[in-house]
Amino acid sequence: MVKMADKPDGYEGQGFFATSLDKVIGMARANSLWPLPFATSCCGIEFMATMGANYDLARFGSERLSFSPRQADLLMVMGTIAKKMGPVLKQVYDQMAEPKWVLSVGACASSGGIFDTYSVLQGIDRIIPVDVYVPGCPPRPEQIIEGVMRIQELAKNESLRRRHSEEYKKMLESYNLT
Amino acid sequence: MTTPDTQKQGQAPLVAHDSIDGEIAILNLGPTHPATHGVFQNVLKVDGERILEAEPTIGYIHRAFEKLAERRPYNQITPITDRLNYCSSPINNMGWHMTVEKLAGIELPKRVEYMRVIIMELSRIADHLICNSVIGVDTGALTGFTYMFQERELIYEMFEEVCGARLTTNIGRVGGFERDFSDAFKQKLDTFLKGFPARFEEFDGMLARNRIFMDRVIKAGPISAERALNYGFTGPNLRAAGVDYDVRVMNPYSSYEDFEFDIPIGQDGDTFDRFVVRQQEIRESLKIIRQALDNMPAGKHFTDVPDFYLPPKDEVYRSMEALIYHFKIVMGETPIPAGEVYHAVEGGNGELGFYLISDGGRTPYRLHFRRPCFIYYQAYPEMIKGSMLSDAVLTMSSMNVIAGELDA
Amino acid sequence: MSNQEILAQTALEVLGDKALSSHSPYGLLTVEVPAEGIVETVRSLVEHPVLRMGFLTDLCAVHYPDDPGREIAVVYHLHSLPNNFRLRLKAFLPIANPAIDTMTPLFSAANWMERETYDFYGVQFTGHPDLRRILNVDHMDYFPLRKEYALEDETRDDKDDRFFGR
Repeated sequence: MVKMADKPDGYEGQGFFATSLDKVIGMARANSLWPLPFATSCCGIEFMATMGANYDLARFGSERLSFSPRQADLLMVMGTIAKKMGPVLKQVYDQMAEPKWVLSVGACASSGGIFDTYSVLQGIDRIIPVDVYVPGCPPRPEQIIEGVMRIQELAKNESLRRRHSEEYKKMLESYNLT
Repeated sequence: MTTPDTQKQGQAPLVAHDSIDGEIAILNLGPTHPATHGVFQNVLKVDGERILEAEPTIGYIHRAFEKLAERRPYNQITPITDRLNYCSSPINNMGWHMTVEKLAGIELPKRVEYMRVIIMELSRIADHLICNSVIGVDTGALTGFTYMFQERELIYEMFEEVCGARLTTNIGRVGGFERDFSDAFKQKLDTFLKGFPARFEEFDGMLARNRIFMDRVIKAGPISAERALNYGFTGPNLRAAGVDYDVRVMNPYSSYEDFEFDIPIGQDGDTFDRFVVRQQEIRESLKIIRQALDNMPAGKHFTDVPDFYLPPKDEVYRSMEALIYHFKIVMGETPIPAGEVYHAVEGGNGELGFYLISDGGRTPYRLHFRRPCFIYYQAYPEMIKGSMLSDAVLTMSSMNVIAGELDA
Repeated sequence: MSNQEILAQTALEVLGDKALSSHSPYGLLTVEVPAEGIVETVRSLVEHPVLRMGFLTDLCAVHYPDDPGREIAVVYHLHSLPNNFRLRLKAFLPIANPAIDTMTPLFSAANWMERETYDFYGVQFTGHPDLRRILNVDHMDYFPLRKEYALEDETRDDKDDRFFGR
């Protein structure tokens, strides 16, 4: 049973379809997110299982994993980020081009997880802005897919001017990201 | 320019005299890199494609396990041991439980030991499957990876039947298991044992005698047996170099002496030998699982140590002593004697040792993990000296360096 | 006497008066040796024709803050693969100057193990080719596994004590 996605609201005619630009762009962005798997530890292995044949993240448009930040849309941070790794993560986030989304997979990336120690960054939202958090230790592949689907919702409904707005710029400044 | 001959690259001069401009470049590999499976960095000094020197930097996922263990009661340390070599976490869990049992002097019924052997060998199969599929991926063969991850899903389902979790299992308890093997588990194990060997031989047939694969991995990253022993290698990497040291045979634990299995060894210690040794070890693990299933003794799935093993829940609601034992165990007030013990198990990567010093309190005084990955990764610069950059990537993935075990 | 007992006795004879004290908890012979000349002590065990303890299993340290003059214990686990005989050596160092010779001339495996011990406890291994931090950040200025330092990050100010049981 194949579930067909709904067309965006628009005006249909013989050979044309008129709708608003942001709906089309939203739909295109949401269904072609190229992830950058920033896999550091155990959640990375669950991600490998998600990309495998059983759970198959490629159905959602994430067929091409991009390890280069310049070509990726979605930064999936999976695993514990130690304080030594923090600057590396920030640099990778900086190198990504707008629009970009961040998915924090796992308890360690969201909040430090079970490692409340001197060497672990207690959540990546201390250094980069995060869009969706996926809890779990490690989260099941279905949960990771749900996280990606929430990012798809965000991408579909985002206003085209959001990245240029004052509020967004202020948020980036609060993280010391220009 | 002469065509580089990968068969003889171990004898090639370090500085290629026929290179175009002979300029030495510094190349940074990592910490985020698609080919390094884990977060560690290598700063390479390369001349063209040939590596002259390498300097590894690790610690990008240092989570301070040893300090954390000094603050957790003994049964709360099991989830920490999960995250050492997370591809085969049941082996770490069992190793930790055996260490505590050795310290406290707890004897286990045979049935528990056989159950532990089955779970440990299943996780060893899972670990070696990842390593070998990833060697295939690094040479460009992605099909094997996709096929073998399906097999890992079957193993995950079996772990879920026993403990509820797929990857970081926190399986078993000090003194046995939480519950006996259910019928669903036995059924899944039977299906697995029937169907897996044929699919595994298909994967083996894709790579092990494949002309392209063999040309690629033979003589990539070799190490001799003397250097491997001097570097403290253990596990499949040491066995590929020709030394038949296996903790399961040398210091048997958990009734391994009851089982008959061979130890595969290689010759040159290169990537091909590591691949073939791990393939054969998967077959040996299947043999062990079959023997354990066939000879499984009857009995309970736990031992009678109410000080360490939680009493059944219905008794906790009815009997006062069970309630007190339950309270004490959950609060971490277990009567672990003072002393120091070192116990080693054969992990997926080699001798995983637990050095535990207890002062009689509710948390360890000192817990040190002897992590095989950390110890043998030191040899990486020596193994890739003079080889090509692509062979360096293959050597790293064939050594099965798991970042969690590297940094702890 | 079993083979293990014969080997244990041989080991104690080889160590001679360097074996300051010895006991065998859980079947593993544990000997306290002086920190001076530790390389020669271990070399005598490695090159002995019968013992042949050619494998360094582990090298770590323990901090005993209540034992003045002997605060840091450096523990070596040796293994003789041909004989299947294990041995544990302990050398105690004062915390004011925790210096001991490096084991890298004998075992290349000791390189990173000593770096880790330095990183966690501040033990100075004299003669080590590259003694610097390995797991923690380079600019860390204290040795975290010593007992006086806390596990958590002390600079955090966002923990609500109500949720942390304090």
